[in-house]
Amino acid sequence: MPDAENAFKVRLSIRTALGDKAYAWDTNEEYLFKAMVAFSMRKVPNRETTEISHVLLCNVTQRVSFWFVVTDPSKNHTLPAVEIQSAIRMNRNRINSAFFLNDQTLEFLKIPSTLAPPTDPTMPIWMIIFSVIFCIVIVAVMLLIFSGIRQRRRKSKGPSEVDDTEDKCENMITIENGIPCDPLDTKGGHINDVFMTEDERLTPL
Amino acid sequence: MEKSRPLWANPLQFVFACISYAVGLGNVWRFPYLCQMYGGGSFLVPYLVMLIVEGMPLLYLELAVGQRMRQGSIGAWKTISPYLGGVGLASVVVSFFLSMYYNIINAWAFWYLFHSFQDPLPWSVCPLNDNHTGYDEECEKASSTQYFWYRKTLNISPSIQDSGRVQWEPALCLVLAWLVVYLCVLRGTQSTGKVVYFTALLPYCVLIIYLVRGLTLHGATNGLAYMFTPKLEQLANPKAWINAATQIFFSLGLGFGSLIAFASYNEPSNNCQKHAIIVSLINSSTSIFASIVTFSIYGFKATFNYESCLNKVILLLTNSFDLEDGFLTASNLEQVKGYLASTFPGKYSEVLPQMRNCSLQAELATAVQGTGLSFIVYTEAIKNMEVSQLWSVLYFFMLLMLGIGSMLGNTAAILTPLTDSKVVSSHLPKEAISGLVCLVNCVIGLVFTMESGNYWFDIFNDYAATLSLLLIVLVETIAVCYVYGLRRFESDLEAMTGRGLNWYWKAMWAGVSPLLIVSLFVFYLSDYILTGTLQYQAWDAFQGQLVTKDYPPYALAVIGLLVASSIMCIPLVALGTFITRCLKRGDTPPAA
Repeated sequence: MPDAENAFKVRLSIRTALGDKAYAWDTNEEYLFKAMVAFSMRKVPNRETTEISHVLLCNVTQRVSFWFVVTDPSKNHTLPAVEIQSAIRMNRNRINSAFFLNDQTLEFLKIPSTLAPPTDPTMPIWMIIFSVIFCIVIVAVMLLIFSGIRQRRRKSKGPSEVDDTEDKCENMITIENGIPCDPLDTKGGHINDVFMTEDERLTPL
Repeated sequence: MEKSRPLWANPLQFVFACISYAVGLGNVWRFPYLCQMYGGGSFLVPYLVMLIVEGMPLLYLELAVGQRMRQGSIGAWKTISPYLGGVGLASVVVSFFLSMYYNIINAWAFWYLFHSFQDPLPWSVCPLNDNHTGYDEECEKASSTQYFWYRKTLNISPSIQDSGRVQWEPALCLVLAWLVVYLCVLRGTQSTGKVVYFTALLPYCVLIIYLVRGLTLHGATNGLAYMFTPKLEQLANPKAWINAATQIFFSLGLGFGSLIAFASYNEPSNNCQKHAIIVSLINSSTSIFASIVTFSIYGFKATFNYESCLNKVILLLTNSFDLEDGFLTASNLEQVKGYLASTFPGKYSEVLPQMRNCSLQAELATAVQGTGLSFIVYTEAIKNMEVSQLWSVLYFFMLLMLGIGSMLGNTAAILTPLTDSKVVSSHLPKEAISGLVCLVNCVIGLVFTMESGNYWFDIFNDYAATLSLLLIVLVETIAVCYVYGLRRFESDLEAMTGRGLNWYWKAMWAGVSPLLIVSLFVFYLSDYILTGTLQYQAWDAFQGQLVTKDYPPYALAVIGLLVASSIMCIPLVALGTFITRCLKRGDTPPAA
């Protein structure tokens, strides 16, 4: 019967799936399996009379793996593989959960499982986060630009020139002839403008 | 009338700015690779030697020049000698090239960061093929992380000739990255000074968290043992020393003009010697720290892959011989293989070709650097950790901080000479200059979002800065020591900071460092000449792996242009100044 035209090989990995809680594979489990296959076949139109005794198992190994076919005693032949395949595919979930297994640990060789379709949300998540961050940055840039413009307008209105706010010098800025002196090293003193500052020591080009 | 120069609010901001600039992506994705290639623990010997002999002196030199001249790179070198304005201009050109291509890395980091908020992570599973019976073919042949990088992020074309279109998703991320950079440099030191607290400190927080997590991962010790086992025979390999020197050189970001720009905003009395030593030590220790983290992650990934490989072999044998489920384990695998080979020789020889030879050493030996390390290897390790979204977010956030910190230095190198120049700053306010620079760079950067963009990125990454920087720093050192005069510079520094110049620095500046740079330069040139045609790695979608291809002639022309345009500035400007001076002397009688 192995490799027969309408036979399927089944492979179970109970210990991989359940570890310590693994149950032993015995004839009762085989009976349940036959029942599940018969149940799946009964759901197919035309096959409602499939009985558990119509499902035959053989070549059970220690793996655990075995072959099965579904027979039709009235016509004395095995049911076509295509029908069995579609029946099992429809009820795969029920069969899996009867044995506490999943598609990887209860394998029907030659019956591929339908992979779960990817969940595609209407708006990709990354776009949402991107838009949020984008808006925050744009708002921050606008704020900085406008506050800079406002500061400059306030500066140009004032009579005495206040130096750039970036200059952290808090001392009074000496004004001579309406020109503020270079506030380097002004902590605690006036700069004598007669002596050239370092930048002018070398003749600029 | 002289407008006062903006200053850092306190010296700590300056140190953080330098650290933030120097500690960049190279510390995270280049140093671990070099460590692995050149002998693990023993690579630290040439690395530390080069740090002391080359890194610290050159860093101190650049900071001292910036602090002394109080101008951006162009003005500073013009002040040293009128013929050397070209050095500053070359620095600005190289910085311009760097900022063009560097920000795309930040765009990719943003892309991965935004995608980290999904469950499961998009690079952990392959997408399904069209009829939902299996996975996408390209993804099966490669791995899901490679697929996500090459197909979903880059949508890479098979070769540099197929340009493709601009991909709008990376382009959006690039625009965002430039907006963030603009936000940080908009107000000059006032804004930059605040931002560098974050960009300097946050990466360390993440690295520490990752260190704790990495060391507790299963298999981390394998990676650490592999890395730190010294292979002392590598000390005799000249390539190890050359790569150590190159790594120190480029890691500190010398020659771009950023350090000069940062130092120019210092108080003249600032102790830049202390800061130079601190910054270089922190930079190197960050590299070593990052490689500990990287290698524990490597160890985890290698162990995970090795165990998966073993499990696949076990499953294959269990299914082929119908053995009891759970009978075969990693420990009895070899015994059982021997038993099966002798008892069922025919069947065993059928199965044998499908069995892969699993080797932990082979998994550990896959050395990766650059974008491959961050976006493929690290993501592969992250997807196997618990709560992978959290680790992913942390990791890409850290990459962003590192990248933006370096971008701030690059843009400062371009903006400072522009704002210093009277011509430009009298017409446009600072915000407009920064905005214009960011806009131009962003538009040019869209080239890297095309389908062939990654190949152009590799060109820029490998050639835009390497040779030119070596030459620039060489000219800088010679200029300060011999054109300006070492004694004159020494007395300037003493007058400025109040501290004398140690003999060690003088010996290094005048002799050792220029010799080192010359030998590096010679090595690079001979390497280029010996390898003949330049080649690049292209992604083949059908095979699901990288293949080597030759550059087409126009790409070679671009490479030549990149290198030449920055190097040529030095002689051209010198020549131009000489000619204008001759003309002036010809027109008017010489001034008394």
